[in-house]
Formats: sequence, structure tokens, C-alpha cells
Amino acid sequence: MVTYDVKDISPDASFLEMLDVLNEKLILDGDDPIAFDHDCREGICGMCSMVIDGVAHGPEKATTTCQLHMRHFSDGDVIDVEPWRAAAFPVIKDLVVDRTAFDKIIQAGGYITAPTGAAPEAHATPVPKKDADLAFEAATCIGCGACVAACPNGSSMLFTAAKVAHLGLMPQGQPERDTRVIDMLQAQDDAGFGGCTNMGECAQVCPKGIPLHLIGRLNSDYRKALRNKG
Amino acid sequence: MTEFWTEGDPIADTAAPDGPIETRWERRKFSAKLVNPANRRKLTVIVVGTGLAGGSAAATLAEAGYHVKSYCYQDSPRRAHSIAAQGGINAAKNYRNDGDSIYRLFYDTVKGGDFRARESNVYRLASVSVNIIDQCVAQGVPFAREYGGLLDNRSFGGTQVSRTFYARGQTGQQLLLGAYQAMERQIGLGNIEMNARHEMLELIIVDGKARGIVVRDMITGEITTEMADAVVLASGGYGNVFFLSTNAKGCNVTASWRAHRKGALFANPCYTQIHPTCIPESGTHQSKLTLMSESLRNDGRVWVPKRAEDCKKPAGEIAEEDRDYYLERIYPSFGNLVPRDIASRAAKNVCDEGRGVGPGGLGVYLDFADAIKRLGRKAVEAKYGNLFEMYQRITGEDPYETPMRIYPAVHYTMGGLWVDYDLQSTIPGLFVVGEANFSDHGANRLGASALMQGLGDGYFVLPTTLGNYLAAGPFEKVAPDHEAVVEARKAVEDRIAKFLSINGDRTVDSFHRELGHIMWEYCGMERTEEGLTKAIGLIRSLREEFWTRVKVPGHGEQLNQNLEKAGRVADFFELAELMCIDALHRRESCGGHFRAESQTPDGEALRHDDQFSYVAAWEYATGEAAKPILHKEQLEFEYVHPSTRSYK
Amino acid sequence: MAVTGILLVLFLFVHMIGNLKIFFGAETFDHYAHWLRTIGSPLLPDGWYLWIQRGVLTFAVVGHIVAATILAKRARQARPVKYAHRPKVQASYAARTMRWGGVIILLFVIYHILDLTTLNLNPHGVHGEVYRNVAEDFAPSRWYVTLFYTLSIVAVGFHLRHGLWSAVRTLGQQTAKGEWIARVSALVISVVLVVGYLSVPFAVLAGLVD
Repeated sequence: MVTYDVKDISPDASFLEMLDVLNEKLILDGDDPIAFDHDCREGICGMCSMVIDGVAHGPEKATTTCQLHMRHFSDGDVIDVEPWRAAAFPVIKDLVVDRTAFDKIIQAGGYITAPTGAAPEAHATPVPKKDADLAFEAATCIGCGACVAACPNGSSMLFTAAKVAHLGLMPQGQPERDTRVIDMLQAQDDAGFGGCTNMGECAQVCPKGIPLHLIGRLNSDYRKALRNKG
Repeated sequence: MTEFWTEGDPIADTAAPDGPIETRWERRKFSAKLVNPANRRKLTVIVVGTGLAGGSAAATLAEAGYHVKSYCYQDSPRRAHSIAAQGGINAAKNYRNDGDSIYRLFYDTVKGGDFRARESNVYRLASVSVNIIDQCVAQGVPFAREYGGLLDNRSFGGTQVSRTFYARGQTGQQLLLGAYQAMERQIGLGNIEMNARHEMLELIIVDGKARGIVVRDMITGEITTEMADAVVLASGGYGNVFFLSTNAKGCNVTASWRAHRKGALFANPCYTQIHPTCIPESGTHQSKLTLMSESLRNDGRVWVPKRAEDCKKPAGEIAEEDRDYYLERIYPSFGNLVPRDIASRAAKNVCDEGRGVGPGGLGVYLDFADAIKRLGRKAVEAKYGNLFEMYQRITGEDPYETPMRIYPAVHYTMGGLWVDYDLQSTIPGLFVVGEANFSDHGANRLGASALMQGLGDGYFVLPTTLGNYLAAGPFEKVAPDHEAVVEARKAVEDRIAKFLSINGDRTVDSFHRELGHIMWEYCGMERTEEGLTKAIGLIRSLREEFWTRVKVPGHGEQLNQNLEKAGRVADFFELAELMCIDALHRRESCGGHFRAESQTPDGEALRHDDQFSYVAAWEYATGEAAKPILHKEQLEFEYVHPSTRSYK
Repeated sequence: MAVTGILLVLFLFVHMIGNLKIFFGAETFDHYAHWLRTIGSPLLPDGWYLWIQRGVLTFAVVGHIVAATILAKRARQARPVKYAHRPKVQASYAARTMRWGGVIILLFVIYHILDLTTLNLNPHGVHGEVYRNVAEDFAPSRWYVTLFYTLSIVAVGFHLRHGLWSAVRTLGQQTAKGEWIARVSALVISVVLVVGYLSVPFAVLAGLVD
């Protein structure tokens, strides 16, 4: 770990803007700036990814790093910043990690097969509002990987469960429901994520508040899928 | 005014059929040549960008059997900035039985675009809008639903019908994930070769056709040339030329600009949409601006102090009679609900008068005190709770207690690479979709229409029109040592070497920030001949300084975020100049472009349909002193006749 | 983990009920202990049931440990580089102490068998005189035994507080409300078991059993 001094930071600056200021100084001093992932800076793209003082995305609940502001820290604080640490998310440089493993999980089954042009009229299948709302809640996952970063087991269960729940709650997702859960779990294991022991750290750091009980849904779907498979 | 540009031959869109507008797309589809399914896998298509347009295009082309190579600068295709769109997506489903129709959506969009869009394109957009909703529902997009299980709609941005489909405030995210998942399925099947963290830095043209791109692997720094039978740009808009905008930090114009430099015309670059309800800048550290839904203006009242000396006081200490509810005062019939461009300009005007509030005097109040009194805090919370929370998170202020501060910010760019009805640019084989093209929104985009256009282009339009082009393929294989390939690659390498060798004393960001200030000041909400002329001079000298004083640390064979930025800012400099020239040449006010010289006696935008009813398509001119060449595409309005907007 | 864990919890319950018989006096308690050997009689010869139960429990314990070891190994492989700033526990200490808690419980079980089943480590150590074995075991002078016993039982409590809920989740519990019920039930069951088990040594300490 390297310690840097950052001066004159406005409490209104975001955490990433604080790093911007630091990097400007490092560049002019002839030092190597700190590489970190970021893009939308409004909490939706899922690109930013840092463990701040031991907590993924920092001390504020339901907040991405880009939406964390410096007013939550005090002048003179020493803040420890680390990348996501997981075998499935190898570090590329400084705070930048490779999250391709998440794409691999989606490739394995995180979709509904609906080739363009083949869709029936949208109102052909009503979806109960309750299911649609819960599906939406699950679908708000931004794929940032904080769940994996926080999980003592390095498990991606919450991520996978969110997608399994989203698609499994929609009538359109039923035909592939069994293969989806089996294949996605297999992909998750293959990618080198750990196993879930229901510790719940994932849901604590999730910037979108994906509920922990979706993991139970996944477990139940998985059991049924195995049974149906025979 | 030929000091800055010259005029070339007019151009025309020859791809669009004429005749009845209702059947033009049907007839185009029928006349389009088809590619035998067995031949498709021999055809390779490059798609740059994975937002709504690029993602949906890549997935659909791969499903059709083409071999697709996809590129994005983010670490995953799921992160493209379409994901940040909040409001919704329009479609002429008429589920509300409120008189909506394809024709009405077409009409509203042409009118909303201030009569600077092509009728053929807009009509097609309106007609595919219904298929988009069907497609997205089939993919499992969790749209908001009513208790009966059917899709919910809301009204949006000044239309009189409810045709906007939405998924709470995250419609863009949900639609993008739908396209992303379809794409990942194709990646898993081996039909799409995905290259995340790769940036396109040059277009390769062989025998007059777009045949490939030069990309840089952003992790290793490796430069490679990627060849194909056609190239699709879906690389988004260029709002980041202003440095501060609601765009993601990585959004850039490089892919479009490189194509422009190779011959693709750039249309209407000056058309910029400035959104009135953003959270204002809080200081010099500011790196981006955050949009808040416009729906806030339904219940919030906009005001500033009457006297400039009151601006430093806390809002609560300013008596009712000392407040100027300027929108209600100037536009008594629409009040706080005037369209985006008018609300934005009015905010700028009061701030220019020194009556702005908050840091730097760049903000106006959006006050909910009356709404809370009238509806109760609970009702306000139910309606706007999430927005208030977001505001509080960012500013640290409680909007239930003190009024919100808002200020306009750059949000969307209607201009882009010129394309014909087939979405093909002036370079054969180079297709442009989504915000990167100029085609459908004219001078101003209506709310909830960007998502519609991106998906319409990617799912339904491009796959047909691209097939028509590819029917002539597969084209002759291009050898890696072909002169054009070698030259394009060398150009990229030289440019990178140049950035790294300057080793000056200013950071890339400092230049970008300064460029943004110039653009915001002179090519923002209000533009004048004097200001634009001045801006062009300032941009030129700043660009010169950039090329001598910029400092890019590190080397090229690594993850080097400053090197990436340097390349993007260098292109923004050139684009900025063209934007100013375009704004300068268009001596009228229309949509997102307000020329102070062209206004009615009471300060409203004044269009000059007799002189400016055309698309300004600019050709890049080579050489240092060369001036961009203007090609005009005359716009014909057979169905929707130009009229003037009034909101008084 | 869930299935073997639930088997073990069922045993803990029965075992606790048996333990509480100590409050009915030496005769009842010793008789109960003897009865355990005759369960299944006359279908099964004496002691057979007990060995079957021991077999099942051993199987469950071994299964539980094997599964836990696999999970622990996978967790280590999934995070080869540890955080420099030790991660803050945000959800539950019970959940974060499952593995070390499990090891403590295992050590205790071994000691417990040597102490009160095989009687190798018991100060009284007479087969059949169960009541006396227990009473002597927790005599005030042997406070360290009581302390170890207490710590171990508290560890069991923590282990179950997370383990029980977690087992239900693994078996498919999937609603927010159900999660609340499961968590509260797990807590209540853990507290009941801890209190039940601790009542014996503390009763000895307090002189209620001697």
C-alpha cells in the first residue's frame, strides 16, 4: 500500500473526483497516476469498484463509489482503498479488475431466447404486477461485483440469483427456467467464484439493495431443476 | 461568412423511396436485396459500441447468421451509457385508447424536432416503435405494469397522449440489459466475437469501401487492424465536448470523428440538447453533471431572488415578495412546464443577470414548499422520493427543507454522422446507428425518443438495410499489408507516439475542462456571431497549446487512461471547431440551437424556414488551412407543415 | 451442509431434553441413561439402536465437515489475495464465525465424548452412574471445565443462529417475510438450546444438582 496526501478537497466532491484531483497532482509531479474504473458517475453503469476502508463502495449504504461524497469523511482521515479482491476478478492495474467472469455467467443462461422479429404482441401475456415489480427489483443489479468483493467466500451468488429471479419471474422466462439456473451455477463455479454460505455481506454492500432472499429463490429453482432433469 | 467554410454541392438521400409515406419502409424492405442464409456466415460485420443501438444490432445480425465483431471501451457491453436513460421509451401502441397512432407519433416527433428532421426517417421510426415494445417484452424486460398485468404508460414531455413505456426511473438500464443478454447469448454461441476494453482509433477504407478499423487493446496497448465486410458505428453522442455533461466520462466522438476525417459527412453538429433540471456544479472538482427527471417541474416552482444582492442569503430568508418566479412570470400559460430549451435558456438568462444561486451563482431554485403545503409531505415523497434522495446524496442538502438548486446541462446531441435512409454514411459500407447518426430528431429530441431510435435502428432498420449492402459481398479479402491498412495503423501509432513525446506541463483534463468552458460559454444555450467567432479563435489557440504542452504520463503498452483521454480530447478540439462553424453558419434559432440574432421581439426562437430548412452536412477538408465544406440536404415537408411553437 | 446440519440439530434437541432430566434427580436421570441403551428392544438387541444413532450422527458430522472443508477451500481459492484493510463485518458475526466456531465445537465434542461417554477424562468415571459423573464433572473446583463447556455451548448457539437460518435458505426459503421468520426462529431455537444446555452445569455450580 502506498499513502498519498490529498489537499484541499471540497466536501461536495465525490470520492472519484477526489481521486481525479490526486491524479492531476501525480501527473504534474511526474508520478504514475492511479488507474481506476469509472464511467457514468451516476451510480448506474456499475463500472466503479473500490473497497474503501474494508467495505465495498465505502461506508454509505446503497451507494456506488461514484456517488460517495467526501463529506462522509473527516479532514485528516487516512482512507484505505483497495481493488475488488477475488480470483475470478484478476487485477489489471491498481484498482482496475477484470470482471469478464460476470459476462460468462450471463452467457451461460442469463437471457430469454427471443430472436428479433419473432416476438408476439406485447399484451399477449399479462404479467401480474407483483411479479413484474419483484422481477424489476432483481433486474436493477448493475453487475458491479461488490457482492463478490464483500463475500468472505468470494461467491457471486447474489449476482446470479438476481438474474435467475428476474427472468424466472417473467412468464417469458419459464421455458428456459431449469436449464438457466443449472447452467448459470455451473458457469459461476467454473469461473472460480466461491460457494455461498448465506453470510449476507453481499446484500449489505449492494448499491442497488438487491435482496438476499433472491438467493433462496435460486436454491429452490435449482432443486426443482435438478428434480425435473431426473 | 466564408472565412470559416466553403460550400459544396448539395446532397440528397437517394435511398428513401418516395410515394405514400405509410408504405415507404415496406417498399424499401421489399426492394432490398437479400443475403442467402448460407452466405451470411461468410460475411463479417464490425459493430463499434454496445449501447442500445450497437447491442441490439450486434445481437440481431448475429441471430441472422452474420459473423459479428463487437467493440466497446467499457469492461463489459452492459455498461454503455444507454444504461443511464431514466424516463422511458415511446411507442405508438395506443394502449390507452387516447387517440395515439403511428401518424401522431410521427407528427409529434417532426414538430418536436422543430422541422429539421427527415419525414421518411421519422415515419419509419414511429412505425417500428410498436415492434420494439413487443421485442423487449419477449426478452423479459420488466416494464411497469398495471394491476391487471398489462403494460403501464405515462405521458412525457409536452405530448397529449400517454405513450411512454417505462421501468421506474431505469428504463434505459432495463432495455440495455435486454439487448446485452441477447448479445451475450450470441457470444456464448460463438456468433459474436466480443472485444471489451478496446477502442476504435481509425477507420480503414479500401477501394472506397469501409473495410475495417484500427483498435487499441486498452489493457495491453496492442494496436491491431480488424477487417470486415462492413463497419457499423454505434458509438453514441459527443456531449462530452463540453467536459461537463450528463454523459458518462468515457463517451467520446473519436470513432465518428475518425470516420469523418476519412470522408463521412458530419451533419448538424451544433444541435445540442441542454436539459434544464440537472444538479448544479459544486466546485472546480466537478467531473460530470447528474440529471434529475423533468417530472420535478410538475410540482416544483422555479425562482431566483429579485435582487442580485439577495443571492448569498439562505433561501428561507428571502421573503415571498422578493422572489421572482420567472417562468410563471414570462410564460403565464405554461409556467414551470415550458419545454426543455426554453426552461434552460431562461435559467441562463437570470444567472447572467447575476441572480443565480449556489456556488458560482450558477443555479436557480426549484421549490417544493408549495407542493408540500398543498399535497402534504407524504404525497410529495411518494411521487419524488427517489429523486429527492438522489439530490440529497449528491448535495448534502434536504430538499424537503430547503429548495433544490438546479441548472441546465448538456444532455444529448442531435447531430452526428450523416446517413441516408439505409443508415449508410457517405462512405459505402459504413453504417451509423443510434445517437451517433443525425437522422431522426432534427434540431431537438423529444423525451423518451432516444431509446426508441437506438433500438429501432439496431433491431429493425439496420439488419434489413445492411443486408442490402452485403448482398454484393463477401468482398475481396484485404491483405494485412494492404497499403490502406498499413497506413491507418501507422497513423494510429504515430499519434500515440506524439502524445507520449510532448511531455509538457499541463494535464489532458485541464485542456478538456478549458475547452468545455469555451463551448459552454459560446456554443451553449445561446449563440451569437461574435461569440462563435471568438470561440473558434480560442479553440484554435488552445488546440495549438494542447499539442505542445500536454503531458501524458506512462507508455503505450499498458493500461494508460490518460493516453486514452488525450486521443479523445484531441478529436474533441476538432469537433468543437466544426460545431462552432455550424452554429455560426445557421443564422436562425431552431430546437437546441438558439442564435441571439434570430429571435422574436419578445425573445422567442425564430426559425427561417426559407433559408435554413436543410441538413447541414459537413465534409472534412484536409490540410492546415482547409475550411470544412458545407453540403446541404434540402428538407421536404409533405405531411407535417412547419409551424411556430408558442408557449406564452 | 443444510441436511447434515438439520440432523445434528435434531439430535441436539433430543440430547438437551435428556439432559434436563437431571433436574428430576439421580434415579430418573440414571434410568433415562439406561433406557437409551434399550431403545428398539426387543426388535433390536440392547445398545444396537444407540450404535445406529451414533453411526448416523458420525455420518452427519463427517458429511458436515467435508462439505464445510470444501466450501472453506473454495473460499480460499476464490480470494487468493486478502484485503489489507480487514473487511468490516456488516451482516452478522454469527455468520462470519461459522468456521472457527465449527472447529471449537468439534474439539469440544471430542472432549465431551471422552469426558461423559467413554469417561476417560471424567473425575468420577463410573459407567451407569451418570448423575454423579455429571455432578462431579462440573464441581466448582473444576471451574475450567465449566468455562470450556460454557464457551463451547455459546459457540454452538452462534453456530446454530446462522446455521439454522442458512439451512432453511439453502433449502429454498425465498421471501423477505419468511427470511425474518427464519432468522427469528433460528435465534429463539439457539437461545433455548444454549439455556437448556447451560442450565445443567450452572445448576451444579449453584448446588441445585449435587
